[in-house]
Amino acid sequence: MIPIVSIKNLSLRLSGQEILRDISFDLQAGDYVCLVGPNGSGKTSVLRCVTRVYSRWLGEITVLGKPVRSFSQRELARHLAYLPQADGIAPPYTVEDFVLMARYPFVNPFRPPSAEDREAVEMALRMTELWSLRHRVVRTLSGGERQKVYLAGAIAQQAKVLLLDEPTTFLDVPHQEDVRSLLHRINRQSGVTILAATHDLNAAVLSANRILALREGRLLFSGSPEEFMTTEVVRQVFGFAPQFVRHPQVPLPMIVPSPGGGAT
Amino acid sequence: MNRWAGGFLVIVAVALVVLGVTPFAGGNWIVPWRATGPESLVARQILFELRIPRVLIGFVAGAALAVGGVAFQAMFRNPLATPYTLGVASGASLGAVISFQCGLAFSTWGFSTTAVFAFLGAMATLLVVYAVAMWRAELSVATMLLAGVAMSFFNSSLILILQYLGDPVQVFHAFRWMLGGLEGTIGYDDLKVLLPVVLLSSVVVFALRRELNLLALGDEWATARGVPLMKIKALLLFVTGSMVASVVALCGPIGFVCLIAPHITRLLVGPEHGRLIPAAALLGGAFLVVCDTVARTVLAPTEIPVGVITALLGGPFFLWLLFTRPLSWEWLS
Repeated sequence: MIPIVSIKNLSLRLSGQEILRDISFDLQAGDYVCLVGPNGSGKTSVLRCVTRVYSRWLGEITVLGKPVRSFSQRELARHLAYLPQADGIAPPYTVEDFVLMARYPFVNPFRPPSAEDREAVEMALRMTELWSLRHRVVRTLSGGERQKVYLAGAIAQQAKVLLLDEPTTFLDVPHQEDVRSLLHRINRQSGVTILAATHDLNAAVLSANRILALREGRLLFSGSPEEFMTTEVVRQVFGFAPQFVRHPQVPLPMIVPSPGGGAT
Repeated sequence: MNRWAGGFLVIVAVALVVLGVTPFAGGNWIVPWRATGPESLVARQILFELRIPRVLIGFVAGAALAVGGVAFQAMFRNPLATPYTLGVASGASLGAVISFQCGLAFSTWGFSTTAVFAFLGAMATLLVVYAVAMWRAELSVATMLLAGVAMSFFNSSLILILQYLGDPVQVFHAFRWMLGGLEGTIGYDDLKVLLPVVLLSSVVVFALRRELNLLALGDEWATARGVPLMKIKALLLFVTGSMVASVVALCGPIGFVCLIAPHITRLLVGPEHGRLIPAAALLGGAFLVVCDTVARTVLAPTEIPVGVITALLGGPFFLWLLFTRPLSWEWLS
């Protein structure tokens, strides 16, 4: 089976600094992959290379078997929906307008949005339970609601692959659970492939079927959540020895903080 | 009914009233129903050969400046960005000063060479900014703004040298040109040049309204949604740049309209560019015509340069808005 996204020997330098080195992995259709690693390990950069926010990388990235550079940016956005890290923007648009803007790769510049576009927006707003907030201005919403709006945008793009950068980082626990269950449904029910960069290791192993771990721009680990959640792997990637407890519902170890901090 | 529709209607009404009333206003008011008899031939000539063309060119120029401001503020995610920020005004002024100081300012085939020099100066400046930003940073917003500001200072210094060493009479001509104004408008020749340029460019900017909505969120978001950044930025830069350069070439660097008109319009019709672009065009047009009417009326028969009036009227009004209304152009939190 052709991987839906394939990355081979991806390297990136920015301003003379090596950011990524020789990264290779595939995403198969239906995968839910979490990209983990310490701050500055290159998680966001991988997503930016795939979506061509960065253009000066070396290596080979293919989407549906075709080189990513052979797509126009609009075509690419029909296959890949990318949700950048959402700090620093506060859209002055209404929720509905904002989500409708995600239909950009499909709309004709000289026509108003089609019925199909409207339907996609309504479906995304209902899935994220934002329908009743659709006339609110995004910047007036809470952080959790905003994050759901951004996610609704990515859903309305109706792409086969969702690339998410820290989709739950700034959210309180109920909102984190909300977003995770939504992503789970999108993945299982609609068969959307997900690649999410995240700091939250417990959430990552609970959601994903595969974990990729980066450190200093290199891919150190690729494997199942069970294989990842071992003292050895976590120490190798993050440089600290975690304390594990067993999750009460699933056979997976969870990392808990140590009482005094500073686990070694 | 959309909550912004009211604001749009207000702007349309204001524009219509301004266009309907201002041609009759002046040092001598022309009363429409007395301008029909044979004895009022002069009044009719003033109306049709001077005032109506002047009002029309003011409206078109104001609209172009406002649309240019809207496009640049969104593209640069900066409430202060205008085509002038990238050196369009200083480049045009340099071109105009060269034409005056080198004895090349004359009219031929209905064209003033000063306008041609000004247009070329503005476009040359834009090209340099584009080349630097393209080569260094793939049209990054910050690099373009810095290159634009650097070019503005550079142009201004060249202007100062030329003015310092130049012939005093020409220095005054150049100084007067740089204040901006519409008093050179006689008949419809300028309008025949400006109107098609402004119409065509504004249609292009309007066709790019969705791209502008996304660019206002930032380059990364726009790319994520499928906007081909480099193409769109280059297109916007040169289409709006040449539109504003044409206005400056014919009317001089009239300040403040491209800064203030987009902000006022955004307060009235919201930040969505599908509404913002046409509304800003109408409001910018009406604003410049009102300012020009004041400029030619208050001290009649002496005229005040309209660039002085735009800031004099617009500045306090804008400050009042800043005090009383929410800041709707804050894209950044």
